[in-house]
Amino acid sequence: MKLKSLLVAVGLGAAALTAFAADITGAGATFPYPMYAKWAEAYKKQSGNGLNYQSIGSSGGIKQIRAKTVTFGASDAPVKGEELDKDGMVQFPAIIGGTVPVVNLEGFKPGELRISGPVLAEVYMGTIAKWNDAKLAALNPGKSLPDAAITVVHRADGSGTTFNFTDYLSAVSKDWSDKVGKGAAVKWPAASSVGGKGNEGVAANVNRVKGSIGYVEYAYVKKNNMNFLQMQNADGKFVAPDDLTFAAAAAGADWFSVPGMGVSMVNAKGATSWPISTASFILMYKEPGDKAASQEAIKFFDWAFKNGKQMAAELDYVPLPDALTAQIRQKVWSQIKH
Amino acid sequence: MDLAIYRRRKLVNRIGLTLSMGAMALGLIVLLWILVVLFKNGFSAIDWAMFTESTPAPGSEGGGLANAIVGSLLMVVVTALVSTPIGIFAGVYLAEYGDQSKTASLTRFVTDIMLSAPSIVLGLFVYAVMVAQMKHFSGWAGTMALSLIAIPVVVRTTENMLRLVPGGLREAAFGLGAPRWKVATFVTLRAARAGVMTGLLLALARISGETAPLLFTALNNQFFSTNMNAPMANLPVVIFQFAMSPYDNWVRLAWGGALLITLTVLVLNIIARVFFRDQGSR
Amino acid sequence: MNTSPSAPASASSQVQAVARRQRLEDSLFHLITWLFSMLVLLALLGIIASLFITAWPALSKFGSEFIWRVEWDIVNEEFGAAIAIFGTVISAAIALLIAVPLSFGIALFLTENCPVTLRRPLGTAIELLAAVPSIIYGMFGLFIFAPLFAQYGQPALQSTLGQMPIIGHLFGGAMNGIGILAAGIVLAFMILPFIAAVMRDVFEIVPPVLRESAYGLGCTTWEVVRYIVLPYTQKGVIGGVMLGLGRALGETMAVTFVIGNSQRITGSLFSPGSSIASTLANEFGEAADLHMSALFALGLLLFAITFVVLALAKLLIARGEKAKGTKT
Repeated sequence: MKLKSLLVAVGLGAAALTAFAADITGAGATFPYPMYAKWAEAYKKQSGNGLNYQSIGSSGGIKQIRAKTVTFGASDAPVKGEELDKDGMVQFPAIIGGTVPVVNLEGFKPGELRISGPVLAEVYMGTIAKWNDAKLAALNPGKSLPDAAITVVHRADGSGTTFNFTDYLSAVSKDWSDKVGKGAAVKWPAASSVGGKGNEGVAANVNRVKGSIGYVEYAYVKKNNMNFLQMQNADGKFVAPDDLTFAAAAAGADWFSVPGMGVSMVNAKGATSWPISTASFILMYKEPGDKAASQEAIKFFDWAFKNGKQMAAELDYVPLPDALTAQIRQKVWSQIKH
Repeated sequence: MDLAIYRRRKLVNRIGLTLSMGAMALGLIVLLWILVVLFKNGFSAIDWAMFTESTPAPGSEGGGLANAIVGSLLMVVVTALVSTPIGIFAGVYLAEYGDQSKTASLTRFVTDIMLSAPSIVLGLFVYAVMVAQMKHFSGWAGTMALSLIAIPVVVRTTENMLRLVPGGLREAAFGLGAPRWKVATFVTLRAARAGVMTGLLLALARISGETAPLLFTALNNQFFSTNMNAPMANLPVVIFQFAMSPYDNWVRLAWGGALLITLTVLVLNIIARVFFRDQGSR
Repeated sequence: MNTSPSAPASASSQVQAVARRQRLEDSLFHLITWLFSMLVLLALLGIIASLFITAWPALSKFGSEFIWRVEWDIVNEEFGAAIAIFGTVISAAIALLIAVPLSFGIALFLTENCPVTLRRPLGTAIELLAAVPSIIYGMFGLFIFAPLFAQYGQPALQSTLGQMPIIGHLFGGAMNGIGILAAGIVLAFMILPFIAAVMRDVFEIVPPVLRESAYGLGCTTWEVVRYIVLPYTQKGVIGGVMLGLGRALGETMAVTFVIGNSQRITGSLFSPGSSIASTLANEFGEAADLHMSALFALGLLLFAITFVVLALAKLLIARGEKAKGTKT
């Protein structure tokens, strides 16, 4: 008899547990993760609805939204227009930020050293293997770079940050473009190349390994007070990363020129443009299986576009300008069925 | 007496013991170092907030591990509820009918394999079978993965404990005219219940720290939720996520969570040992 | 269950009714427990089957040479298991090489030489360490061990063993503290508590009379351990080592942090590599189609490796028992 009542209690309990309304779920890029999580926290305080975002990498986000296990997918690497049509999805940018090369070298302040695109490509190819190489010295006159081996750090998981980074390297180095190409995961040519999981993993590896170089999203650089490099942009000027230089790069983007809004902003023109800027995209279905959750997600982004600008600036992301968000509402969100 | 041989034996003994002392010292020093680091970093994180607040967003101050603790607890409890009957009944089968049946020896072999199976492979299986079919991550999937790890432990220990029960007890019961199933449950199982509990506690201790299988099944959840049908926050994955992050409060919480898991597993192990020793000596 | 011939007729039919009901209950019980037992069996079969089914596209495309193909190119969809198997096996082997002697030393100390007051606390410390979640070892490895290894350990190794003719090549290359050797060392410390605890437990079970008679014959401590304790506890020791090996082969978290996650094989132990578990943990989130299939194939291979190790262990134990004359 006791067993029976126990079983009944467990059964009722289990039923009660599953009766809760589901939160919206999103998964994907680690690049915008600090931003989405911050927005989600504030949104929950205001509306009571939660957004559970898991940063498993851009490729993971694309895979999960295709498998329909999440309400929206997030990817820094934009999906091509034909594939969007084939899957019945829409894509829109949610936030803009920048990828920054970071190093672990003693004796230099953050932003003190400089590098250019082609030289960065050669470092990642392995052709420049030591810090005191002539080409690096030429870019940094008066600084004594150590005679140490360069350990190259990359992303071990499929990543939009990698896509953004390799997109840039392909744009500035024909060698890289021919031999390696761009993608969320590539065959890293340098022999000493070490992989870290997520932006956090790359940051952790760069922090622990002396003489290493890696690429991370700017929020991680700032929070960790990492030693970033100034970069030479398409106009030949050396710039440091921050939301102003990212915004400068984004200013010239023609968003609807590419189906799916997957415009590339690397190596953008402009004296103060940061050469490795990127937008991070959201993927949703035109005809979602769970219409309620889908609408809830749209409401969230609508709220974030209107109210999330201050939070974005605090984390050094660039929020989308109102003109752009108006167009997104008009042209993209209208395609999603209620 | 050949002094030369004696001296050599003495020398070998000296060398052997010195090497083993050295090995012990090296091993213990590193391990104690890890413990000290864990306790030092973990204690600074344990406060009231850790148990009451949910995981913080990146860049936010404070926060706690409440949702992860509750999520892990929920999944462990459900796993216990699921694996106990299955494990015990299978163990009873192996012990009572095991000597005459081919199925039994096969099951025993299979249990051994699953005991050593890498937990990440079990996570893959549950993803393919549950998550992909259900089209979402869930606490149920996480529970299933944990059960696959726990059940072999329960089966093994149940069978071993049942076999340890003296045959005379069984025979006395048979002699009194009891049917086989009553002997198996009311006599043998009852006599071995301390050992069986130990097995259960050990299984729970084993699954408390498992991360890999939960990565693809329960995923994680930023907020407090008791909805088993959705991604569920859990301590191991939260630790994994927080440990390498650049945020100080995250790293602090990761150490705190790790200490929590360590202490839980230790307590479970100690209870299991004490329980078994007490009951066994009766 | 047999009715007594001298019982009165009415009682006999009553007894027979009871006996019939009990037979039914017994059959039911047998069936139920058999079913649960089959459930466990089916679970494993299900796992192998589902792994196989998902792995099939990769296996059929690359055939059996998948196992020794040194290639892991996600972009061009060329996969081979050799890199991951290499990392898995070598790091586990290094881990065993370091952990087994150290555990033996610890177990020996705890059972023979340790002052009694220290025995309990040290034993508890070992058990505490077995309880530490493996992710801690990974964190310890990346944040504390790797920098120290890069600064002191690796240069020391390179200047000594690295200068020797044949094995020197194993210690060449960049010294950044992470890689296959680092992963092996971190793994060693992770499995050390398990193996040490098991060894200590089985050493303790040796009947004192065996030890004492050996001492009485004039054996030194070392000889007692080597010729009496070890052979007696052979089964348990091998079991413990295999337990450790199983965990080392399948360990994900501790390895992923320090192995470097690079998809290549070079001749040096200092270089980064990948293990099967770390590849799965890193790439599963995004894998699709052939990539996913290749990952499942890796999982299947890991399962197979663990299985082979287990079978070997059972063989060793059976052989040992036979030599001792015990019936297995």
